[in-house]
Amino acid sequence: MVSIQSIPSNPSSLTHVDLQWIINHREDRCTLCGKCTSVCPKESIYLAYRRQRMPKLDIQKNRRGSEYRVFTGVRQRTQPANRCIGCGMCAQVCPNEAIAPAPNANDPRVKLLSNDKGEAWKRGGRRNVRESLLDRIMFNRISMLTDPALDAGRHEFQLNTLLGRVLPPDEYLRRKASGEWIPPVREIFPFVIGSMSFGALSPNMWLGLLQGVAYCNEVLGIPVVMATGEGGCPPWVLRSPYLKYIILQIASGYFGWDEIIRAIPEMQCDPAAIEIKYGQGAKPGDGGLLMWFKVSKLIARLRGVPEGVDLPSPPVHQTLYSIEESVMKMIQSLSMAWGFRVPVYPKISGSTSAKSVLNNLVRNPYASALLIDGVDGGTGAAYNVSMDATGHPIASNLRECYLDLVAQGRQNEIPLFAAGGVGKNGNVTQNGLGLIMLGASGVHIGKYIMQSASGCLGSERNRCNVCNIGICPKGITSQNPKLYRRLDPDKVAERVAETFMAIRTEMRKVLAPLGRSQSLPIGMSDAIGIDDPAAAERLKIKYIC
Amino acid sequence: MCRLALKTASEPFSPYEVLTAMEAMQEGYDGSGLGLLLRGVEFADYSYRGKDPILSGIAHSEEALHRLNAFMEKRGFGLKYDHEFEVDLTNIEAKDRWKYFLRVYKQPTSWAGFSQEKVDQELLLTRLAIRKDGEEHDADLTAFSFWPNVAVIKEVGWPLDVGNALGLNDDRIKARVCMAQGRQNTNYGINLYACHPFFIEGVATMTNGENTAFIPIKEYLTGMHLPGYMGYQSDSEVFAHILHFVLRRLKLPLEAYKHIITPLKTEELDVHPQGEFLKGLRNACRRFIIDGPNCVIGTLPDETCFMVQDHKKLRPGTVGGKPGEWAMASEMCGVDAMIPDRDRSNDFQPMRENSVIISPDRKDMTIWSQFNQFHLTQAA
Repeated sequence: MVSIQSIPSNPSSLTHVDLQWIINHREDRCTLCGKCTSVCPKESIYLAYRRQRMPKLDIQKNRRGSEYRVFTGVRQRTQPANRCIGCGMCAQVCPNEAIAPAPNANDPRVKLLSNDKGEAWKRGGRRNVRESLLDRIMFNRISMLTDPALDAGRHEFQLNTLLGRVLPPDEYLRRKASGEWIPPVREIFPFVIGSMSFGALSPNMWLGLLQGVAYCNEVLGIPVVMATGEGGCPPWVLRSPYLKYIILQIASGYFGWDEIIRAIPEMQCDPAAIEIKYGQGAKPGDGGLLMWFKVSKLIARLRGVPEGVDLPSPPVHQTLYSIEESVMKMIQSLSMAWGFRVPVYPKISGSTSAKSVLNNLVRNPYASALLIDGVDGGTGAAYNVSMDATGHPIASNLRECYLDLVAQGRQNEIPLFAAGGVGKNGNVTQNGLGLIMLGASGVHIGKYIMQSASGCLGSERNRCNVCNIGICPKGITSQNPKLYRRLDPDKVAERVAETFMAIRTEMRKVLAPLGRSQSLPIGMSDAIGIDDPAAAERLKIKYIC
Repeated sequence: MCRLALKTASEPFSPYEVLTAMEAMQEGYDGSGLGLLLRGVEFADYSYRGKDPILSGIAHSEEALHRLNAFMEKRGFGLKYDHEFEVDLTNIEAKDRWKYFLRVYKQPTSWAGFSQEKVDQELLLTRLAIRKDGEEHDADLTAFSFWPNVAVIKEVGWPLDVGNALGLNDDRIKARVCMAQGRQNTNYGINLYACHPFFIEGVATMTNGENTAFIPIKEYLTGMHLPGYMGYQSDSEVFAHILHFVLRRLKLPLEAYKHIITPLKTEELDVHPQGEFLKGLRNACRRFIIDGPNCVIGTLPDETCFMVQDHKKLRPGTVGGKPGEWAMASEMCGVDAMIPDRDRSNDFQPMRENSVIISPDRKDMTIWSQFNQFHLTQAA
């Protein structure tokens, strides 16, 4: 037996079976081209010369010995810093299908050691829980005989929603008659591209999204809008006619707002809306964080900061003391900045306190909507513990808020938008319409649009999820030109258009059998059911089995 | 499927005529119920002046009737006329009917100084109080309407059988407007309150088809916490309440009803002369958008009658007639049965943008399109 001292082991030693992803490499197929090792964003693999002993036994001569074969092989690094993230770029570039990562079926010990130097585990991505309550919601109030189902292909469907404060009917008539201010309302597609900042996303990704959104609006007639996230907006977009498709976000770091305010006199049109971010589903109570790797010259200019420094936003707006103050100061100031022509609404993280925020907004005439971001939302950078264990799932949070408005007869006056986990397993329309029928006026999608439109490799199995360190292998969340040049903005735009066309078709395919076509079925809770009695009871929908 | 028939004529006629039209459309329903609403009522054995409220309903027991008498007396209502139906209870499916009542009351003297609006409200609250009393006593008292010039009868069974059982062919009761609905039992069970026409503060509607947007609309109406916005045993009841809201709360003209339940599309409103106002109205009243398929037939206190379709027009209705006499029905054969001697080439089936309105003078039918401008003093 080999003496124990000769085994290189210390408390943080790992072998490849301790990692979450194991590289399978087939030497018989490898051409030694080296592409995999050079593309690997984590430098997890390397080429190395290996020696293999070939036992040799010559019986006739009664001799034994060894020969040695030298070969070049690909090996996996085991330090946590270089752990394989399962992105699969090696498989993508391999000309010979000789290499690919595979999920480790054992319990990967690497998680226990991802706190080197006392740094808790930080990452980008999502919660890494594949189960989705929204996936279990089914549409089952099918029109057949007493009311015929509709032809999804040929019937005309009104699928749009409203973003902006809707007045009670009598109040609308009163104000109209007396010439008073009517709050601005936008007619938009109910699937909104959620906040992802210019900074979190690469310039090519952002450009592609914007082109796609413009195409959806101007060619396809799908009025998609996208939100900027914190960090401002490129100056040319602010002064372009495309600004009307953009929801500008202001968050606790106020990054980019010098540039925006300065551009107001030169704007050709108003933005779609202003989103005030108070919280984010993926990391409630945390401010935004743009790590120094991503603060390029361009980003530094947009945000008015030096290059290459971490940009942590505070967890709260430092000028605020209370919700009342925030509503008064921020919503009204921002409404005023655009002459009360632009809807201004807050975004909060899903929370048991969401209802009290909502009730405060209901009483404020300038609040235009409320966006609630559930725990399954994504982020560019956060602590693992925040992402995994902090927050509130969206479905019950939204439903509770909606039913609270119903009890007051004020549903949809403050339209509720829901986010966090819509399309997490690819069922974007099912999830979105489920939330709409629970009471949302629309949903925000972030991770899904990254996956669908730009080929983001992230998944709920902790695949990739390294948006925080600027090494995005697809060039989606990197500010490194070498990486983001991999992403063709035109192709992203094409995929954005294809994605929304497909969502539109799927919406029709869901709504047609329900016999709905004339208005978005907000709160049509009689149309849905779920195969879990407890969830059905909590959401006040039918239990089906 | 529900079948609908309405007849309006300058000369009062027997409601039995409309029941024969229901018979003509018999293939379309299973005979689970009949609802009948009369306006411009005349009694053969009482000279009714049209101002005193008529209470319509059913007492299901003698005790309920005594309670009703005591209730009305206590509130100061004086009984002026009690219409005795020639009832043959053996022909009524339900076995818990004691008395169908159509009673003319004199308003309490304490109401003398009340504004019309206040009187209307009090009549509504009285009806609701009677309904509640019945519900609290094992549903032994049913009140359909309490309003001047309006009589309502609802019963389970085949329409013509119900008419015969109540002796409606004896010409002792006539009306200038008669709405009838033969009910098909759909999702919500047989319940007398679930039977059309639905009535609230003078406005009444009946509908066929199923309102797929029922739940959100019901929740919105219920959340207003306004008296009378309750019940909803049928998905069609919301049509009456929306009409009531439009006319009485918003004080908008009848034409606006169509704009509220089936608004035009944005691109259509962009070129509409009142587009900006209507877009705002559509947004504010978005929660009232119906999703059909429905044909809504309604009547107003001044005896105006109208028909509108949902936007998909999957439940067509037909309007036909001649000056002085008009009929509306969910089936063409229903119109034929009610007014056979009309010029059929003038029959009209409203399209998605139309409201057909027969004004109280009954000279002509007005076909109003949502694309037309309408008079609106308050706003546009």
